[in-house]
Amino acid sequence: MRLYESVFIARQDISATQVETMADEFAGIITSTGGSIQKREYWGLRSLAYRIKKNRKGHYIMFNMETDSETLKEYERVMGLNEDVLRFLNIRIEEVEEGPSIIMQNKNERPSRGPREGGRDDDRADASKEATAPKSDDGATESSEG
Amino acid sequence: MTQLEIKREAVRKPFSRRRKSCPFSGPNAPTIDYKDTKLLSRYTSERGKIVPSRISAVSAKKQRELATAIKRSRFLALMPYVTS
Repeated sequence: MRLYESVFIARQDISATQVETMADEFAGIITSTGGSIQKREYWGLRSLAYRIKKNRKGHYIMFNMETDSETLKEYERVMGLNEDVLRFLNIRIEEVEEGPSIIMQNKNERPSRGPREGGRDDDRADASKEATAPKSDDGATESSEG
Repeated sequence: MTQLEIKREAVRKPFSRRRKSCPFSGPNAPTIDYKDTKLLSRYTSERGKIVPSRISAVSAKKQRELATAIKRSRFLALMPYVTS
């Protein structure tokens, strides 16, 4: 028995409750052979960084679980067959993280997602400079024409 | 952006720059996690490429860890492979 972390992305068209039942189904595979789900998180409908099978958004579910390799293989096989699953990633972890994962923490901090992360102020400043510079040129040419 | 953060501290000798230490080593260093896109995005270029360690000053061991984390993050569409 080892500890694993599993994340899968479900299609955007299905409802949150359908995702939950799907997750229950997958969790059932693990628990039926003596494994255990130690943490379960629903990250919600997140927008994907790029399109996967024509989807722009997806439901993310994460499990932290303890199971053996045989069961994991079966779990992966079932996921691969399920057409509502866009993608999954199962990795081995050394220990289960305390508390909610960083994605849940961020979600709770600011539910209304504004423009993305900070630390890009320099870029914006440069962009605004570039944006203002041509305008002044245009103004000059117009005035000379007029 | 981030790769240009090399701060020149009080210049002692001309052209000699103090080596910046690894941001993931030492006490209270952040843990590298593929889910932490905010942290990982600081080590990718605007195009989404992984910044070389000679620029970001990340140690070789941590750079390998960072690279796998970024790749996992990309696979799960948390981060882009390319931004055009």
